[in-house]
Amino acid sequence: MTRVEIQQKVLSENERVAQSLRERICEYGIYCPNFISSPGAGKTSLLECTLSIFSKDARVAVLTGDIQTDNDARRLARYGFPVRQITTSGSCHLDARMVERALEGWDLATMDYLLIENVGNLVCPSSYDLGEHDKIVVLSVTEGEDKPLKYPGTFSKAGLVIINKVDLLPYVQFDLAQAKENVRKVNPKVEILDVSCTDGIGLPEWYRWLEGRHAVHATSAPELVIM
Amino acid sequence: MHEMGIASSVLEAVRGEARRHPGARVCKVGLRIGEWASVDPDALQFCFDALLAGSEPEPPTLDIEFRPRQNRCATCGTVFALKNYEIQCPDCGEPSTEAVSGNELELAYVELEEP
Repeated sequence: MTRVEIQQKVLSENERVAQSLRERICEYGIYCPNFISSPGAGKTSLLECTLSIFSKDARVAVLTGDIQTDNDARRLARYGFPVRQITTSGSCHLDARMVERALEGWDLATMDYLLIENVGNLVCPSSYDLGEHDKIVVLSVTEGEDKPLKYPGTFSKAGLVIINKVDLLPYVQFDLAQAKENVRKVNPKVEILDVSCTDGIGLPEWYRWLEGRHAVHATSAPELVIM
Repeated sequence: MHEMGIASSVLEAVRGEARRHPGARVCKVGLRIGEWASVDPDALQFCFDALLAGSEPEPPTLDIEFRPRQNRCATCGTVFALKNYEIQCPDCGEPSTEAVSGNELELAYVELEEP
């Protein structure tokens, strides 16, 4: 019997593809966040709000993942920017190869932002690097404030946590302070923004955050125009 | 629910290694899975067995080493398992400590029976 030590990540092939994507994205000065949340937390609404504030000539593109339907792509396409749907046909997450295929034929030189909306799921997307700069995890106040503790793998990797639907706080039993404490238990240094896509609370702060991250990664001047 | 994909990636890597040892039979596959890796060892075992069912007379067994979430204190060097997500060092009280294990999703080894 021979034992061969391997000591490699199980998803090393995905990481290889993701790293190559990241290098391409960086080369063009694009900022690329990967939006992760459970189904219904408001990823698509947040992207709609975000697209609505870009100026018409902003260089932004969107990839949106779902198990079935192109509903989200159709919703997002109304804002006039290029959008592609990745339909995973059963897979509960996006992987780097899907992103690579979806980008085929797109000229990265035309982009400053590439926004990737993952499949609604707080478990599996955290295992798959897509070549993004940040994982942005969206939690909504209609969920439990203990979600960060139930899904520490995902929340611990977040570069930003957005607590969405805060306009509903008077109507739901959601302890906002406890939710934030739970986020910080698994990810002590992460920034947390309170947002409502319905009435606009926190959106200016979100836009500033996004613009700031783009500025860090851009080789050209940021294009985001805040109204 | 992505354990089938993980199991496929494991098998792909194992088969890649097996090709470097022509004629050898893979008896055992060693994995390391962290507590925060978002992978359920039982579901992974189920998927691994399902993928191999009927493919080989003696399919390899899976040896999963579960790695708890542990942090290390940079001040006093203590390595400790997190209880209730509390990252403060239990020995010296240092509030900020760094993760050293718990995110693993690694293929550790394969055991081969050479011809």
